[in-house]
Amino acid sequence: MVEAHKYDPRSKFPPVDDIDGKSRYDLHSGKYLKVWQGPQHPGITGNMSLELTVCGDEVIECRTHVGYLHRGFEKLMERRRYIQCFPLVCRICVPEPDFNEYLFAECTEELAGIEVPEKAHWYRALTLEMARLASFLMWTGGQAAAFGMGTIGQWTVTMRDYVLDLFEELSGGRIYHMYIIPGGVRADLPVGFALHVEQTLKQIEKVLDDVELVMMHNAVFKKRAKGLGKIDPAMVDEYGITGPNARGSGIRRDIRKDTPYLVYDRLEFDIVTEEGGDAYARTWVRLRETRQSIDLIRQILACMPTSGPFFQKLPNVLHWRIPAGQTYRKAECTRGEYGFFMVSDGSELPRRVYVRGPSYTHAVTLMEKLAVHVNIADTAGLMVSLHTYPPEIER
Amino acid sequence: MTIQDRDTTMQEKSKSFREAVPEGFVNVPAAEAVEYITRLRDIEGYTHMVFLTAIDYIEDSLFRLTYMLHNYFKGLDLGVQVDIARESAGMESIHHLWPHAATYQRELKEMFGIDFPGSPGVDDSFILEGWMEIPPMRREFDTKAYSEQTYFPRPGRSSHDTTEYMKEKLYPSEAETW
Repeated sequence: MVEAHKYDPRSKFPPVDDIDGKSRYDLHSGKYLKVWQGPQHPGITGNMSLELTVCGDEVIECRTHVGYLHRGFEKLMERRRYIQCFPLVCRICVPEPDFNEYLFAECTEELAGIEVPEKAHWYRALTLEMARLASFLMWTGGQAAAFGMGTIGQWTVTMRDYVLDLFEELSGGRIYHMYIIPGGVRADLPVGFALHVEQTLKQIEKVLDDVELVMMHNAVFKKRAKGLGKIDPAMVDEYGITGPNARGSGIRRDIRKDTPYLVYDRLEFDIVTEEGGDAYARTWVRLRETRQSIDLIRQILACMPTSGPFFQKLPNVLHWRIPAGQTYRKAECTRGEYGFFMVSDGSELPRRVYVRGPSYTHAVTLMEKLAVHVNIADTAGLMVSLHTYPPEIER
Repeated sequence: MTIQDRDTTMQEKSKSFREAVPEGFVNVPAAEAVEYITRLRDIEGYTHMVFLTAIDYIEDSLFRLTYMLHNYFKGLDLGVQVDIARESAGMESIHHLWPHAATYQRELKEMFGIDFPGSPGVDDSFILEGWMEIPPMRREFDTKAYSEQTYFPRPGRSSHDTTEYMKEKLYPSEAETW
């Protein structure tokens, strides 16, 4: 929303109503134009749309519209047994489904008092880092393509496909893996898996070198991304910003470090930050975190136990009653804080499962604020730089 | 199980949970909630509003609002829970504390029918468009009954043999070769 100010008739901004604070446009004046970007648009991350009001080629107001992908997961889960919810949760985030599986499993284990074997913790961390790698590679392609560099997208999406090959080898599924399950993980690592992972990581590293060279040192990308969507550090708490969007503004916060889960307290890594606060800084954060993810996968493969159980036997899951209680579990996904709030009333069905996705704040309130004053050609780049996925907004 | 019994169980669970990992939930009367949350934000360091949602306890005629807050300095999550009556449900808005709270409140108005007077855009549709039924996240909303009323069953499932139906209707030219 445009901030209230004394109206100057020569201003490009329309007058703001004193009562409801909304801008008053005369679309027949020829000065303003409404443009819908999405829901089917290459510059939109998924099924959502931006209602842009432009004056010339400058955005002066933006409103986010979601609801094109609402499948009612949270409602469906209230009518299903815990194990029946499990195939639903991964579908909340397509490019990075493993965080949903992990957090759902963590919540049920927490409430049911189930101890997961040590080996399963390492396997879970491995899966989450592989998912992070795949998601970042896909994002890199999107960010480059939003600024007209489609070739980079072809490189990185190919690399993501190789990571999906690894997931297929591990779990049988390329997109939805359902590998992390309540009680542990579904299977042991296949023979030779570590070797295949290493081969893929080497390929990805080479491509990342090229991406850095042609993207981050590209004059056009620099000119368009620097200063775009600048997030002031003071906005981080005010708007609930987490993940690389906050770290791109110099905020040293990462759930893996701040409140470590799984085996992250036994791995060596630093929180990646940049100071710029703009799309360029956020791109650097994500590219460096992609490399960090590669390093973490190597550390996990080197340190993980080679023997022992990977699954804790559960009671009959079709008649599984979880004691009454409530819990909130969270993890650091590629976009920020991902969390599950689960409430059990002691019956066979969950009372409430709430999914907290970082896109909820980034794609709506934050995007609506940052889009003002942006050139219409850069709105796609801005939106991708916030790394949002609509399904986690409308669960 | 009454709400009091459940509360006792939950408090015990929350207590033991807090002892193991210092996180938990606290129940606050609705009239004091915004003041309490403001104090948490401004004095106690709970500067991050993680989410705001509701739980429907239809059997006790109440909604339990849950404001999840996080303290980055202590690394603690705190769920502030507020019970409000289900009938003409409403709660004071906190969008002046965190602007993104308006989005959560807008969703709660649409999905649970909980009003937050003064919250920006709270009456605008968020996810649903042209929704005429009761708010769908309320427990009494029956998804199965709604889908049966709204969507007709596809012909061929119960009244036809699938193979014969496909032969006749869908692929007559291919069916000749079967």
